[in-house]
Amino acid sequence: MPEQSQAARPHQSERPPLSERPMIEIRNVTRSYGAFKALDDATLTIREGEFFSLLGPSGCGKTTLLRMIAGFDNPTTGSIAVGGQPMEGIPANRRPTNMVFQSYAIFPHLNVEQNVAYGLKRLKLEGSEERRRVEEALAQVSLTGLGKRLATELSGGQRQRVALARALVMRPKVLLLDEPLSALDKKLREQMQVELRRLQQAVGITFILVTHDQYEALAMSDRIAVMFGGKIAQVASPKEIYQRPVNRQVADFLGGMNFVKAEIVEENGASLVVDTLGFGRVKTDKPKAFVRNGGAATLGIRPERLRVLWDNATAKFEVAGKVVERHYFGEITHLIVEIPGLEKPLSVTETNDFGADDIPVGTSIRLAYDPEALVAMAD
Amino acid sequence: MTAAAEGSPARRMTRARRNALLQSEPVQGFALISPTFLYALILLVLPILVVIAHSFWTQNYLTIDRTFTLENYRIALTEPIYRDLLWRSLYISLMVSFFTVVLAYPIAYFISFHGGRHKSLWLFLITIPFWTSYLLRVMSWKVILGYNGVLNSGLMGLGIIDEPSTALLYNSTAVIITLTHAWAAFAILPIFVSLEKVDRTLVEAAKDLGDGPLRSFLRVTLPLSVPGIISAALIVMIPTVGDYVTPKLVGGKDGVMIANAIQAQFGKASNWPLGAALSVTTMLIVTLIAGTMVLIIRAAQRLAR
Repeated sequence: MPEQSQAARPHQSERPPLSERPMIEIRNVTRSYGAFKALDDATLTIREGEFFSLLGPSGCGKTTLLRMIAGFDNPTTGSIAVGGQPMEGIPANRRPTNMVFQSYAIFPHLNVEQNVAYGLKRLKLEGSEERRRVEEALAQVSLTGLGKRLATELSGGQRQRVALARALVMRPKVLLLDEPLSALDKKLREQMQVELRRLQQAVGITFILVTHDQYEALAMSDRIAVMFGGKIAQVASPKEIYQRPVNRQVADFLGGMNFVKAEIVEENGASLVVDTLGFGRVKTDKPKAFVRNGGAATLGIRPERLRVLWDNATAKFEVAGKVVERHYFGEITHLIVEIPGLEKPLSVTETNDFGADDIPVGTSIRLAYDPEALVAMAD
Repeated sequence: MTAAAEGSPARRMTRARRNALLQSEPVQGFALISPTFLYALILLVLPILVVIAHSFWTQNYLTIDRTFTLENYRIALTEPIYRDLLWRSLYISLMVSFFTVVLAYPIAYFISFHGGRHKSLWLFLITIPFWTSYLLRVMSWKVILGYNGVLNSGLMGLGIIDEPSTALLYNSTAVIITLTHAWAAFAILPIFVSLEKVDRTLVEAAKDLGDGPLRSFLRVTLPLSVPGIISAALIVMIPTVGDYVTPKLVGGKDGVMIANAIQAQFGKASNWPLGAALSVTTMLIVTLIAGTMVLIIRAAQRLAR
């Protein structure tokens, strides 16, 4: 595999290998509303202690799936098991899951402490034990000392932390997060991404995050399920999803991708040899889910995997073209480069360390690439 | 004419000042509310002032003696008959508001939480009884509760009682039943509105945190709909204290309320000042009770936190 790309995982941190024990097993789950299928035959296993993301555009069925795990909705067909226990017929209040709602759903008639203690009341703990657990949960989300505040006196970020503490204090087997960061501003969102990730590693609870933000999913998750139109398109680690998307839709959703038409010359167990107009004959790894559709395929390459070759530098693999557009983004520059023979110009992301922001439009340049960065996709 | 006016600096000044005055926000505001304000003044404030004034006067057959006296209030507050009537009126109105809220809440809850796409249809259906006259609705209760009424014959037909009960009609219970029915719709609306404002995800959150349907209702939905309950109770209580027709028709001698006494003073007894004093006393007590109710519930809410 090629080395990890910089833009892909800004907050990646090392962690011990995960347990292989399944925590959630979703088997052939379909949820229909009349003729419309919000979720179409989804099968998925989420492991214990995993930070798992359901990623997709709005209406792809990710929230429907989350709500069915929580027990707010029921599959039309198929089954869901949590911790080995089938969930059919078990209402939300008796499931070992807790949810952080998109709107946070903080009880407005209760203060922070009472909100956090809400679910504990049923457990009939001793007063001191209850207080201790509330304090601990508030400390976990850095809200110590704000226990007496009313929900109306909190900022958006603080409300989100209360919602998190209220769910964590229940010590669920699975914590469900329904777009928890979408209402926060960019800076706070990025900070919360890091914190959520740290928190998950500290408590070791399985987290399932629903999001439409690909960077959020890439930065936080152990694994991601990408969903489109009620179907799960790909389940893999962030790195694999980013670098080896199974189809154009997934590739497109996970950031920029140059698509190049290709003709299959040879196909065997693990590899694929294709002919392209711009990149010539290329041998690539065959994706696991590759299904041949006639003789045509698509090759993709991320814009940051194309490098500008300066002066007389040469590379083993290069293409030549002409800069037709240049867009400046501070630390990086986007170049649109026309390659003879390619129907669409390539988009190239280059850091500005060597002056990519000064390349005049109309310049002829050469681009280096690693053939391993070229990924074959089913059309 | 205009040219001359423009020419004089002094007049230009006054006009400018007048324009400024007309364009000032308070003046424009008063101008906007003046029709309703006048209406309220003439039809609401003036009659009350007239009543208050009368309560400090005395009447000698047909002439009003305008010397200031507190005699009417002494009678209104110390005469056992008026005291009893006032207590009974308050008791009846409190019972009515209690039962109305208790009966209206489930209906409002059903419409708000399970009304689906037909919420407005349900609300519309609730107003159907109001298409007939209030008197007709009171009379129909006479038919139900009377000696040979629907309820008595029904109970006799079932063999539960041997002879018609006279305990159903012509007492304060009959007044409470009739008024509760009459005011139900007025209580449903404010409760419905406050239930509509309860964020449904809060109920889901309660469920997610382990509450069953009853517990999540008691811990989230009910506390959050308290404002609607208060307004419903007040909307029913305030006018029922002074209700006059219902006790007259179904109350008999045990169901007489303070408004009947007030009517008698203004009518047959020809003692307007005493009637006025009784009215003012009732008004003050109702205001007091309504005020304390609001304060108590607010304090209770704060304590419950």
